Amino acid sequence: MAYEKFNILESTAVPLPIENIDTDQIIPARFLKATERKGFGENLFRDWRYDSNNNPKEDFVLNNNKYSGKILIGGKNFGSGSSREHAAWAIYDYGFRCVVSSFFADIFKNNCLNIGVLPVQISPKFLEVILERIYKDPSTLIIVDLRKQLIKIQGSEYYENFEINNYKKNNMLNGYDDIDYLLNLKESIKNFSKKTPL
Amino acid sequence: MAKTLFDKVWDSHVVKKIEKGPDVLFIDRHMVHEVTSPVAFLGLRNRDIKVLFPEKTFATADHNTPTRNQHLPVKDYLSSKQLKALEENAKYHGISYWGLGHEKNGIVHVIGPEHGITLPGATIVCGDSHTSTHGAFGAIAFGIGTSEVEMVLSTQCVMQPKPKKMRININGQLNEAVTPKDVALFIISKLSTSGATGYFVEYSGEVFSSMTMEGRMTVCNLSIEMGARGGMIAPDDKTFNYISGREFSPKNENWDIAMEYWKTLKSDDDAVFDKEFTFDGSKIEPMITYGTNPGMGISINSGIPSSNQHEGNKETFLKSLEYMDYSEGDKILGKKIDFVFLGSCTNGRIEDFRAFTNIVKGRKKAPNVTAWLVPGSHKVEKAIKDEGLLTILNESGFELREPGCSACLAMNDDKIPPGKYAVSTSNRNFEGRQGPGSRTLLASPIVAAAAAITGKVTDPRYL
Repeated sequence: MAYEKFNILESTAVPLPIENIDTDQIIPARFLKATERKGFGENLFRDWRYDSNNNPKEDFVLNNNKYSGKILIGGKNFGSGSSREHAAWAIYDYGFRCVVSSFFADIFKNNCLNIGVLPVQISPKFLEVILERIYKDPSTLIIVDLRKQLIKIQGSEYYENFEINNYKKNNMLNGYDDIDYLLNLKESIKNFSKKTPL
Repeated sequence: MAKTLFDKVWDSHVVKKIEKGPDVLFIDRHMVHEVTSPVAFLGLRNRDIKVLFPEKTFATADHNTPTRNQHLPVKDYLSSKQLKALEENAKYHGISYWGLGHEKNGIVHVIGPEHGITLPGATIVCGDSHTSTHGAFGAIAFGIGTSEVEMVLSTQCVMQPKPKKMRININGQLNEAVTPKDVALFIISKLSTSGATGYFVEYSGEVFSSMTMEGRMTVCNLSIEMGARGGMIAPDDKTFNYISGREFSPKNENWDIAMEYWKTLKSDDDAVFDKEFTFDGSKIEPMITYGTNPGMGISINSGIPSSNQHEGNKETFLKSLEYMDYSEGDKILGKKIDFVFLGSCTNGRIEDFRAFTNIVKGRKKAPNVTAWLVPGSHKVEKAIKDEGLLTILNESGFELREPGCSACLAMNDDKIPPGKYAVSTSNRNFEGRQGPGSRTLLASPIVAAAAAITGKVTDPRYL
């Protein structure tokens, strides 16, 4: 599925520095019953965001209008657990384009890259600095430059480079999709299949 | 160059290497279920393409299905719509579909091995993280997202950077009442819930070689809970005996050809792993979790650690205990429980039901405990009945439900109510995993059985 190209993102950010945020928190299983990719943002962090009567929980960051933006700052091991891509869809649908953490779970990271959410892994120290700045001033702008593989806090000397493989980087810069790439390989895949023993 | 088991299987499936990018990996078996596939099939429809290899694709319904009255129409509108979508998609693309009521229906990771779909040296994917289960046969098996499901449906390939390699060696004899589930929970408690992220694990040593195939499946199933994409065990005679004669396993001369390949599937003696861990199997005790990720496990006789002992973020740790309404230093033994769940792709096979039944035999279920016993498949359900386990379970006050994922992820009606405690043989104790507000203690079928009898966390050795 085509998605928005990613080049430079300049935005305020939403801090959620809890460790091991699993995909069941990002989108609980009971909201996975759709047959289309629509409306998942409504249920992003559902059980942290709303109480059992569907009233917003005031102490949850998405209900705090001090914080907003297209960047979500998570704690270590963000996106662990279930492979549900719905978690990445919910994050995208809510309006985030980038998740920053000191460590990502593997499948979640892949899912993000496949749908146009950029996972940016930074050092635990830089994560602390970013969080400190945002807490002090929620209007702090974070700049994520994919081409330069650079994340910085605007108006400060703080920045870090981040890793992304060239292939995925190119896909995100251009909004390309793996399936187009693979469909072009179809003939060699068919030939390969004849050699496989199983 | 010396190769690991993982290298051998991976390298033989690479269609193309992309410079500074992922490998294009050919997939031998694609398992599909109702929840993570509809959007992928929609993608194919939008491109007006068909599934490239329907004969390598197997579909079943398990995640959102009811575990009672499966012969009746599914009441939940959205679930029934999702099931209908899979049925129609399977039909349109010519994929075998073992839907609700089909004799081969069951949890995707239970039925794959049961029918010989799961084979050594194969690459197996499914839109489900517990696909790692199939690694028990020496396959590379891992969970994928829906975009990747679409890739495999349309091209039989995924694009993945090759993971790093880890080996976990456990030698020695396991103690009484220590099951494969305990071995896995022990490993995860040592490595943490992210300790193997970026790696593919090989389990090696006496403990795994003497384990049954079903035990190996339990261990490999839980690989993802320490962040690993998958885990695998080199195939041996046990593996070959298990596969032999099953519906989809190779027959006659194809079996001989396959065996020649399968016998090469072990790590070379001088193969190098990026990381290795070694543990002593005789030191493992029956395990149970006390927190909200599978890494928060302890031996059943010990206390809940204090936040000072806990490596990692203190606030996150305390938030977790607050959710469980437990305190630092509390003994886990004797904690009151309300529900017991036996089932899931982790512990929903016949050996798990035998182990559970063996404990409850001649005893009565505690009146305050609600127990949900959910077989992993119809085949397991049938064996429970044929072996006479059901009679024993009924005499002890337990009922059997129909197969499915059930309360493991609570997509159907099997939800643990808010604030209630469940000793569960499943794989995840995340907040709300078994229903909003539910509290999960992960354990083996034996520990679950002991808890079902006493109504509290109990060491099965002293029941």
